[in-house]
Amino acid sequence: MALHFELVTPARLVRSEEVHMVVVPGTEGEFGVLEGHAPFMSTIRDGNVQVYRTAGAAPETIAVRGGFAEVGAGGLTLLAEHVED
Amino acid sequence: MASLKELKGRINSVKSTQKITKAKQMVAAAKLRKAQAAAEAARPYAQRLAGVMASLATRVGGQDNAPRLLAGTGADQRHLLVVANSDKGLAGAFNSNIVRAALAKARALEAEGKSVAFYLIGRKGRPVIRRAYPNQISAQFDTTEVREPGFAEAERIADELVAMYEAGRFDTAHLFYSRFRSALVQEPTGQQIIPVPPPTTAPADTGAVVEYEPGEEEILEALLPRYLKTQLFGALLENMASEQGASMTAMDNATRNAGDLIGKLTIQYNRSRQAAITTELIEIIAGAEAL
Repeated sequence: MALHFELVTPARLVRSEEVHMVVVPGTEGEFGVLEGHAPFMSTIRDGNVQVYRTAGAAPETIAVRGGFAEVGAGGLTLLAEHVED
Repeated sequence: MASLKELKGRINSVKSTQKITKAKQMVAAAKLRKAQAAAEAARPYAQRLAGVMASLATRVGGQDNAPRLLAGTGADQRHLLVVANSDKGLAGAFNSNIVRAALAKARALEAEGKSVAFYLIGRKGRPVIRRAYPNQISAQFDTTEVREPGFAEAERIADELVAMYEAGRFDTAHLFYSRFRSALVQEPTGQQIIPVPPPTTAPADTGAVVEYEPGEEEILEALLPRYLKTQLFGALLENMASEQGASMTAMDNATRNAGDLIGKLTIQYNRSRQAAITTELIEIIAGAEAL
């Protein structure tokens, strides 16, 4: 039960790893993505992405600005213009 | 025949020139490696964005309410040529090749009765374009203070272009830059950037129904300026790598030419030294015989 999570900025590939869950700050509200999420696409607002490596673990937060999230068969891809981690 | 002293001076001056060209060549080689790495690192983002663009554009593109950045203004009269150059020379024909491609396109457009304006990035293209089209440079983006054009610059350029487009200052924009093939081959390229041309790669149809939040149109609208930024960023990176590649090749040639020249001058120097010695000997012998 792992979700493939990729965080990409124009300058580089920041993250590419298997995680349990990611909470994304969507424009119309935060949403959590687990493995097997239905195909989904949303723009994101400036805020923090929370990455849960395992169930119940303390989340790791990454600040992102501008971009969008895409959930497909290959997992979650987050395209962000700026990332501060 | 130059005197020995003059020859020696020339040899020394060519030697110091060779040192400079050699240093520049090594600097360019190091920067080229870095520029290539940067271009490599930017690829995943561009690829994924192009993929998303392709799937959205095919859904929304055909509709009447498609965003203006995708559908165009409906006219095709005023063209803006965005020419990306470097700020420094010593790169062989790198800058002049890009400018030549842009000017050829400008002439072709004018022959069709369209109006042409220029938007310049970097310093080197300006004099040539200003000579050919004195009153048609609408804006210039200065990159002299930034060492390496990055995403921030691409962002500012894209914002400026979109603002100009929204204000109705042009209908179509073309971007000219040099595509990096290898350290030896750089290809001046022109491509249309506004209206955004639909990506050519057909999206893989997964059959799954994708849910969009907020809506498809809103996402596409947010996506188009991003796509433009990414394209500009990619072009800037390619330009950077091309510049260093061209510079490396040009400086390699210069170093080799300097070496050849030094060889020739040294032979000439040795010959005239020999000739001077021979003349002196003859004079001494002639003097001794006369006694």
